[in-house]
Amino acid sequence: MKTLIKLLKNPLGATGIVLLVFFAVVAIIAPYIAPPRWPDEPFRMPRYGYWSEPRPPQPGHPFGLSSGQYDIFYGCVWGTRLAWIVSLLVVGLSAAIGIFLGMVGAFYGGLVDEVIMRITDIFYAFPFLSAAMALAAILGHTVKSGVIALVTFGWMSYARLIRGEVLRLKEVDYVQAARAVGVPTYRILLRHILPNAIWPVFVTATMNMGSIVITFAALSFLGVGLPQDYADWGQMISFSRDWIIGLHGNPLQYWYTFTFPGAAITLFCLAWNLLGDALRDILDPRLRGRITV
Amino acid sequence: MIAYIVRRLLLLPIVLFGLLFIVFQMYNLLDPFQKLAVFVPDVSRLKNVDPHLLIKEYGLDKPWWYQFGRWLNNVIHGEFGWSKTANRDVLDAFKRFLPQTVELTLWAAIPIILGGIWLGQLSAVKQNSAIDQFARVFAVTGWSLPTFVAGILGLFIFYGLLHWFPPGRLSTNVGLYVFTSGKFHLYTGIITLDAILNWNWWVFADALRHLILPVVTLSYVSWALLLRVTRSSMLETLRQEYIMTARAKGLPERVVIKRHARRNALIPVATIAGLTIAGLMGGLVITETIFDLPGIGRWAANAARQFDMPALLAYLLFSGFLIVIANLTVDILYAVIDPRVRLE
Repeated sequence: MKTLIKLLKNPLGATGIVLLVFFAVVAIIAPYIAPPRWPDEPFRMPRYGYWSEPRPPQPGHPFGLSSGQYDIFYGCVWGTRLAWIVSLLVVGLSAAIGIFLGMVGAFYGGLVDEVIMRITDIFYAFPFLSAAMALAAILGHTVKSGVIALVTFGWMSYARLIRGEVLRLKEVDYVQAARAVGVPTYRILLRHILPNAIWPVFVTATMNMGSIVITFAALSFLGVGLPQDYADWGQMISFSRDWIIGLHGNPLQYWYTFTFPGAAITLFCLAWNLLGDALRDILDPRLRGRITV
Repeated sequence: MIAYIVRRLLLLPIVLFGLLFIVFQMYNLLDPFQKLAVFVPDVSRLKNVDPHLLIKEYGLDKPWWYQFGRWLNNVIHGEFGWSKTANRDVLDAFKRFLPQTVELTLWAAIPIILGGIWLGQLSAVKQNSAIDQFARVFAVTGWSLPTFVAGILGLFIFYGLLHWFPPGRLSTNVGLYVFTSGKFHLYTGIITLDAILNWNWWVFADALRHLILPVVTLSYVSWALLLRVTRSSMLETLRQEYIMTARAKGLPERVVIKRHARRNALIPVATIAGLTIAGLMGGLVITETIFDLPGIGRWAANAARQFDMPALLAYLLFSGFLIVIANLTVDILYAVIDPRVRLE
């Protein structure tokens, strides 16, 4: 509660929160503001024709129609819901894997730690986007394969971070005391160490939400993410690629095709980064200035 | 220090093996027919042949460890298979596409490193001033802007509206002159460098004009990291006692910052800068795709879209290898520069 008040007093943090609340509301009321044509598959975008030239905003289509006549408003609204689902899933799973491995490694030390850290190193050697792109391409065009690809190559920073914290906390008096009186290992890890080690992870996770959404959208943009008619911001932007330049004499002609999805993804990501920056300053003054990228 | 370097070098084979293992496991997700493409050196071999025979021949129905051995053997001999998107052998395709990627990386490295350090230093020296706030907001917006949105926005403004910086590698007539006229000798394949070697300034100017937009886009989205690292490192250094001493003995602030603080503050920055460049080279997928630059990134993106697995896996191996080597170099350099690292 105190944290929240401090966050709201910080102008950048407050901006982040307001934006996130907005996106959350959009995601929740999506079925009311953009009723799906196929209620069983709400993420499938309805098309209003088949010709490729986009059409400007008009009654019934407030953001216009993209190339291939998909409703841009519908894509943006349901894309918001998809962005939330994907980023929460990916960050949650990556953090869970990373926390588990990092804690086990740091607490047991020795060979276990060595092996886990070398595995972390190996996964770190892959450029995130390229590796995720390759795995997603192999696994096929579904949300699930995108999520798996992002988690597979995205858990390492959590493992390293939590490992450092656990190593530090292991030597702290109250943990030593807990050990001395015979508290079982899992209980020490879960009750004594984790609650104190979790904050830096929390900050990193916040910052990560934005970059996960970017990378997921990048997969769709590159054409390895989702099926073509799936409501996703990256997909919407990729529709607009051939229409950046209007006909001569009217360069602004197709502005709506990329302005709306581009703004949505940038603002979503900005909101998380602002929140993360502010959280870092507030939660842990010791971290001020330390890098948590 | 020798012990540290030896220990670090001993880890190299383990990490490299792990890299190969993970890439193999991704390959292993494919079915035998898809795997064939990675083994067959030339598409003509696939014509009029029963694929089942080839699967037997290459042992693709055997257990995974057997396949891993064969695959490793191929990789070590530089046989990565046939890339259908490039319509040539994977290694040939690499040779063809790599110069563009190297060129873009080198040009982008200059503003990314210098600009990032400059912004970070400025922001640290004037901590909490308007400049600091502006630099940080600038960086966080860049960090939040996806490369493909930034790229499209750049193209929209500077190509669509202003017609200043077109996409592609060279203008059509210049491209014809460079690649088909025979008057332009391609020494390295890096057009800007070759133009200097040929003493041909209009080719140089044209190549540079096509590079500006991707370089600016890359810089804007990558500055945040370097800015943050420089800023925090600089802030930490400025609080050290020797800086206070330097100030106390009456050195001008400019000298204190440039000679005393910056040199030490840049040590961690050098690490991040090195890794950023290595990461850049293996991660130009989006930039090259948007700006239509024929580098390995665009090739990999096409490969992913068209399920050209030999190309994709080779690309992944290459970019992973690059980062492993960069990591190693940076770690060793770090130990040479900063004695504290060796003691840990």
